[in-house]
Amino acid sequence: MSTTIDIVLTNNANIASVRAAIARLGYQTRDADRRTVEDATHLILPGVGTLASARDALDEQGLLAPLAQRLAEPQAPTLAICVGMQLLSEGSEESPGVAGFGLLSGIARAFPPNVRRPQFGWNRIAASDNWLASGYVYFANSFALVDDPGPGWQTAWATHGVRFLAATRRGRMTACQFHPELSGAFGQKLIADWIKGDA
Amino acid sequence: MLTRRIIPCLDVADGRIVKGVRFQGLRDAGDPLERALDYQRQGADELVVLDVSATVAERAHQTAVIRRLRAELNIPLTAGGGVRSAADAQRLLEAGADKVAINTAAVLQPALLTELSARFGAQCTVIAIDARRHQDSWEVVINAGRDSASRDALQWIGEAEQRGAGEVLLTSWDRDGTLSGYDLELLRAASSRWSLPIIASGGAKTADHLVEAFEAGADAVLAASIFHDRDTTVSALKAQLFARGIEVRR
Repeated sequence: MSTTIDIVLTNNANIASVRAAIARLGYQTRDADRRTVEDATHLILPGVGTLASARDALDEQGLLAPLAQRLAEPQAPTLAICVGMQLLSEGSEESPGVAGFGLLSGIARAFPPNVRRPQFGWNRIAASDNWLASGYVYFANSFALVDDPGPGWQTAWATHGVRFLAATRRGRMTACQFHPELSGAFGQKLIADWIKGDA
Repeated sequence: MLTRRIIPCLDVADGRIVKGVRFQGLRDAGDPLERALDYQRQGADELVVLDVSATVAERAHQTAVIRRLRAELNIPLTAGGGVRSAADAQRLLEAGADKVAINTAAVLQPALLTELSARFGAQCTVIAIDARRHQDSWEVVINAGRDSASRDALQWIGEAEQRGAGEVLLTSWDRDGTLSGYDLELLRAASSRWSLPIIASGGAKTADHLVEAFEAGADAVLAASIFHDRDTTVSALKAQLFARGIEVRR
């Protein structure tokens, strides 16, 4: 039986790279819809642009409620990427007054003015307890979560002017501020482990 | 800490890599996918693919090249060359580019930059600028260096940032293809004045040239012929940069 990975289409999120990464691992992909979001075996929530525009895109497709249902179940394999990860938090400075799903504590904050914005490129993440090895991963973001996500979440951190949350995991739910689909062998392994249930 | 990037550039026409001096005298330098995979293995941090085709018929190959590369590569890919509209950008993004570089069309129609950033995000929108030294400043040249845009390059970076560009691909027209080093004054002026990440382009030959560019404020360096001609490799350059105290992904 071949595993199919459902991908949520958030506004104009560039998902060709996500699809290609999944194909390289030998799995099929499918565009998620209202019916599949809740019961897909594996779901990827990518995101670009602002938290508000990504949330609007979910709303337009009627995905907010089914997604909230799915996210309430930590054993449902879900991978949130970049703004997708920020959607799991309480919100973002970039989109005042717009709420995220609130699974991760805190809101996304702008990087301080003394560093390049956006953060474009490869940054080192520190090894995380019993989860990720240390390594370089590819980021493209101006905002990031800086708080501890809360009880039960394993964390991996990086620094760009400020220490920020690079990735976090609870049960079968993984969220990355970086782009695993563009992060070389390191990212490819993270996706493979997430699909198989090891990360 | 964010590392400094090395970005091999593939100038592609009619589906093949080409390389010229000062945008002229193109010669064949191999198959894009073969070279791209080689550069990825060497530790390239991302790749830029610029379509330098002269005709629309040749340009149709660009999407096919991007699609081929995307299927195999697990590092970021920027596509540019001949992007004239949001539809052009969308076509490249759907083929698998992660970022789109826009040059002449943005100068002629700055609102296009705003539109690209609004539709696809700043992280997808790269402003490519060809800057030619003119007395004490730099002017923007367009149409592959044939025409002056009568615009100051540094001011244009500022406007591009305002309009939502996420990164600048800054090519020194004077240095491109000369192997005489990056235009460091241009890099210093641009990086001290604006917050956008800057990819330095034009003139690279040695590890010293790369070190100088990073010290002048570049966030990434782009090079083409030194890699295509196999004068050096990304991994050899990174080893030298690391030994000189520059943070790179190894």
